[in-house]
Amino acid sequence: MCTLEKRGDLFLLTLTGDDEHRFHPDTISSVLSLLEQAKSQSTRGSVLITTAHGKFFSNGFDLAWAQAAGSQTGAVNRMHQMVESFKPVIAALFDLPMPTIAALNGHAAASGLMFALSHDYVFMRNDRGVLYMSEVDLGLPLPDYFAAMFAAKIGTSIAKRELLLSGKKIKGEEAVALGIVDSAAHDSVEGVVEATVSLGESLAAKKWNGEVYASIRKSLYPGLCAMLSLTAKIAASP
Amino acid sequence: MCTLEKRGNLFLLTLTGDNEHRFNPDAIATILSLLGQAKSQAKRGSVLITTGHGKFFSNGFDLAWAQASGSLTGAAERLHQMVESFKPVVGALLDLPMPTIAALNGHAAAAGLMLALSHDYIFMRKDRGVLYMSEVDIGLSMPDYFAAMVRSKIGTSAARREVLLSGKKIRGEEAVALGIVDSAAHDSAEGVVEATVGLAEKLAAKKWNGDVYASIRKSLYPELCEILGLKATIFATPKL
Repeated sequence: MCTLEKRGDLFLLTLTGDDEHRFHPDTISSVLSLLEQAKSQSTRGSVLITTAHGKFFSNGFDLAWAQAAGSQTGAVNRMHQMVESFKPVIAALFDLPMPTIAALNGHAAASGLMFALSHDYVFMRNDRGVLYMSEVDLGLPLPDYFAAMFAAKIGTSIAKRELLLSGKKIKGEEAVALGIVDSAAHDSVEGVVEATVSLGESLAAKKWNGEVYASIRKSLYPGLCAMLSLTAKIAASP
Repeated sequence: MCTLEKRGNLFLLTLTGDNEHRFNPDAIATILSLLGQAKSQAKRGSVLITTGHGKFFSNGFDLAWAQASGSLTGAAERLHQMVESFKPVVGALLDLPMPTIAALNGHAAAAGLMLALSHDYIFMRKDRGVLYMSEVDIGLSMPDYFAAMVRSKIGTSAARREVLLSGKKIRGEEAVALGIVDSAAHDSAEGVVEATVGLAEKLAAKKWNGDVYASIRKSLYPELCEILGLKATIFATPKL
């Protein structure tokens, strides 16, 4: 389902298996647990890279599991459970005491895109993979912390509208133009991962104090952090 | 003064007459009423396009009407009345359960630019028409919801400064470069309207649930919605 490896300074979080990597309560707990592990093992110079196998980075919440509840109320409860339990995953990424990079092997939709955007850097492929906020097409309003994420991370009104109100499937080049991702320069998964490893290594070489890094990161997104119950200030000895 | 037509899925709101389409209390009340009508007739696939006739989309509030009160206090009161009564128009657009497109036939200034910015998409002419926030030149400070709109919809600090603090008359190409409008590709009002109809038909084909669309839209602008007294969350039955 997902693994955490250590390669020198780099933590590599991988969503394994050639499937849609949908976020289901079990996956959500595993990802949360692995992020906590990375946090506990972090040192100066640590960096996280998150990636996945196959065609999908993640296609969002496990809507089939929600529907399997057998009733409308049951489905809504299960949706609500996934929305609530996913919030700490986002918080854990914002709180992580190291730079974070999402290396998108493929499509990132809905909460899968939220997961990607929770990283400091997002790299995607030029040739394959789209970003897609499916909510307007599915008829689902946005959870509050999703809306806060977009308000925080996506700068222009036009980019916000394209992502959230157009039902568009946004490819690499456009995602860079809209300022949503940092790079869509590579025509293969290997290319993307290599580029993120290279960025990871140059960030690691700075040997930053991770607590301070996280504190500065959180101070950029006060609204979102308040919603995630994260406090931004720490006392650090400079 | 203004009309609402229906063409298939599209609602076409037009500021009629070859004048400055200034917003006085009557015009404001009419627009609000027509937006209410569009809302009540909305269904999946509805889209609104707002446009004007002549050289102006709208040149803002009716300052001549304000001054006609005959005294400085009277003028200030009339201006205040227009500012307050226009707020629900902006609110109605942000709340409208369908995608909204402003097709600028000409100049959009002050409250006229606010009307344009209240839409999801803005198309303007390449060859004619400017965007202009006149307040700094006239010596009027900004109503709270105007400032919130500019903060919400205009992304960069440099663009906000160009719009509010330079007294500049911004033409199509620059408006696109500043990220204020989506398109300034056409050299005629007809071209702009045709392009907006093309976009509207694509959006209409999605047959979106309008209440969900409006909910997502409002959740993008929480600060502005709060100032306008709009709530963002709704409970919707998803298409699971």
